[in-house]
Formats: sequence, structure tokens, C-alpha cells
Amino acid sequence: MTALDWAIAIAIMVGKSLLVIAALLIYIAYALLADRKIWAAVQLRKGPNVVGAFGLLQSFADLIKFALKEPMIPSGANKGVFLLAPVVTATLALAAWAVIPVADGWAVADLNVGILYIFAISSLGVYGVIMGGWASNSKYPFLGALRSAAQMVSYEVSIGFVIITVLLCAGSLNLNEIIRAQDTKYGMFGWYWLPLFPMFVIFFISALAETNRPPFDLPEAESELVAGYMVEYASTPYLLFMLGEYVAIMTMCALTTILFLGGWLPPFDVAPLNWVPGIVWFALKMSLVFFMFAMVKAFVPRYRYDQLMRLGWKVFLPLSLVMVVVVAGVLKFVVNG
Amino acid sequence: MPSLLQDYLPLVIFMGVALLISAALIVAPFIIAHKNPDPEKLSAYECGFNAFDDARMKFDVRFYLVSILFIIFDLEVAFLFPWAIAFDQVGTFGFWSMMIFLGVLTIGFVYEWKKGALEWD
Repeated sequence: MTALDWAIAIAIMVGKSLLVIAALLIYIAYALLADRKIWAAVQLRKGPNVVGAFGLLQSFADLIKFALKEPMIPSGANKGVFLLAPVVTATLALAAWAVIPVADGWAVADLNVGILYIFAISSLGVYGVIMGGWASNSKYPFLGALRSAAQMVSYEVSIGFVIITVLLCAGSLNLNEIIRAQDTKYGMFGWYWLPLFPMFVIFFISALAETNRPPFDLPEAESELVAGYMVEYASTPYLLFMLGEYVAIMTMCALTTILFLGGWLPPFDVAPLNWVPGIVWFALKMSLVFFMFAMVKAFVPRYRYDQLMRLGWKVFLPLSLVMVVVVAGVLKFVVNG
Repeated sequence: MPSLLQDYLPLVIFMGVALLISAALIVAPFIIAHKNPDPEKLSAYECGFNAFDDARMKFDVRFYLVSILFIIFDLEVAFLFPWAIAFDQVGTFGFWSMMIFLGVLTIGFVYEWKKGALEWD
């Protein structure tokens, strides 16, 4: 290849990356608004409704406000690590989106080890939290970071086992292949949410805990730890933590869609439904999962820390371990017989 | 373009773009925002009194236990990945080998449970 070919190839990759990130960030701007609106509606409030019609520009106004706030670095903080932490969180959270197929074959990098890559990258997310909490040199962030790290790694294990059961059924690490494996003659009833229903439930709840969403938002439990590891942050460093958190939530929604809800497949392969492009189905399914995330936030009271750890280690871990054995046994002796 | 590069170069470029966007966001307020620091504002946040010693204090040993348990089980998951992908090919021998491996881990898990490593109250 000549230098010009390389330049063109790299320019195309940069363009694709920018397109995916821009689309994701705009989607998140409205998901955030939807989150606040749903929460408000459950509590019979109106939610944000001043900036733009129905508050549609609220998230963009928030962005400008964050950028114009005074950035603060506490005098006792470890300055380099303090500023690096939010960058690490946001970058790693965004990096997962390089492999997510939003339509048939549409991914920036269609890796043959896609799910392994996402698993690895989402495990690294805990570093941003630990760095932020430690570098702040303040008691609330330190305790918040410890709790948050322990919580994230605890639920990581059950997520791993859930992914294993899906892989046993699908037989590939490539995200597109996992979606194609769900393309059966039963339509939406052939997607893995029905045959693997207990794993779907465990995955959804673990995803809530993994992303520090209510009812597992203990790191940010306002009544005990003020704002957890983010106490000392202001301005865009704080924004980047929030952004990282929401991108991680979107990754979990996308992963639920891919593993259990058939990704970009239409619910049934019949005339009006399979005219709709795959990306629309993907976005709709992601929005459905996010709607469940938002409703859980509005409905469910916060867990206590010991209850949270008990659920992770004493309920989900044994349950998902047993399910791995059961699914493998059924595949071995019943299906392959 | 070699196929390895074709697979992983977009990944590196994607991370680079993500890093640039994050870095731009973090630099922006240092350039455009109004700054007015004072010692009180920059001191560590504490409820009701001034922070009096270093915040990096001793903490509960159970956090270490959780991270050690996490390493064991995460490694176990790492071993399960190739087994799950090659499930059709490993045959009956492969199936029972993994079951024995999981059985040994389960014994360890039961031991931890009985020893109270998972108690938080």
C-alpha cells in the first residue's frame, strides 16, 4: 500500500470513530433527559421543561454550564492523577463502543473477540474510580472509591458467568455472530431472553450494580458519603465522570440488547417489520432497556451495603455458576444428545 | 493491509479519538472559565470541621478479601471462555474436565462461605 492509501484508510477510520462517538453522545444527551423526565413523571413532577421545547435542549445547556464552571483541584490532592482519573473513566467507557454492532456488520472494529474485549474494557473502568478517590486525598472520596471498587468487581463475576452461558449457546465471541445465532424461525421468542430467562434477569440486575445505578448507587449515597469518589470534583472533570457513567450504562443497554434481545434483528421476519433498518431496531431495543433502568431508579429504594454484597456473592454467584453447569449439561446431553 | 492490523488499527484510532475528546473537555474550563481560588475553597471537603490528617487511612480488610475472591473467580471465567467457544469440539472428556474444575472451585467457595469471608455485618 502507498502512503496515500494509508492516509485514506486512516481518515476513514477517524471519520467512522467520530460518527459513532457523536451519535452516541447525542443519544446520551436525550437518554439523560428521558431519565430525568421519567423520574419526574413517577413522582408527579414535570422535570426539566424550560430550556427548549419540553426541555429538549437541557443536556446541551448543562454541558455549557459545566464548561464555564471554575475547575478546582484540592490543595492536598495528587494533581496529575486527580486530573487523569476522569479522562481514564470517560475514554475507557467510550472505547467499548468501538466493537458494538449497531446494525448488521456496522462496527468500527468488527473484532472476532468482541465480547472478550468489552469484558476487559469494562473491568478497567474501576481504575478511574480508584484513581479519583485516592488522588483526592479526602475521606469521603476515599471511602466512596473503596466501596465502589468492591461493588464493581463483585458483580463483574456474575456478569462473566452470564456471558459464558450465552457463549455456550452462540458458540462465538464475535458480537455479530452472537446476534446471528439468535436468528431462528421463532422470531423474538428465539432470542436468548426466553431460553435463558434467569440469566437475563441476573444480567440486568448486575448491570445496574456494575454501573452504580440506583438501587445500587451506594458509592454516591448522598446521605452517607455525600457524592462518593466525585466529592472533590467540579466543572468538566466531574462532567467526565458522569459522562463515563452514562456511557457505561449505554454499553450495558447495548450488551443486553446484543446478548438477549437479538441486537439488530426484527422481532419477526415478516413484511413490514423487516423493511425497518437494523439500526432502528437496535436503538429501539436499547431505549427499551434504558427505560427499564430509569424505572428501576424511580421505583426501588436503595440497598444497604451488606445487602448488596450478599446479593452479589451469596445469591448471584452460586446461581449463575449452577446455570453455567445446567446450560452446558442441557446442550451436551439433550440438544446434541 | 495485514488482517491483524485491519482488525485492531480501527480500535486504536477509536481510543485515540475518545481520548482527544475527553482531553479537550478537561482542558476547556482551565482556559475559558473564571478562576478565583482561595484556601478554604481548595481544602479537602469535610463535614463540620477542617480536615485534620491524611485521608489515606487504614481500611477494612474485607475489601482485600473481596478483591482476592474476585481474582479467583475472574480467572475462572477467563478459563471458561475458550471452553464455551469450543464446546462442540471438546467432547465428553472436555465437558467432564470442566465440571471437575468447577467442582473444585465450588468446594473452595463453600469453604470461604463457612469461614465467613462473605459476611459484611
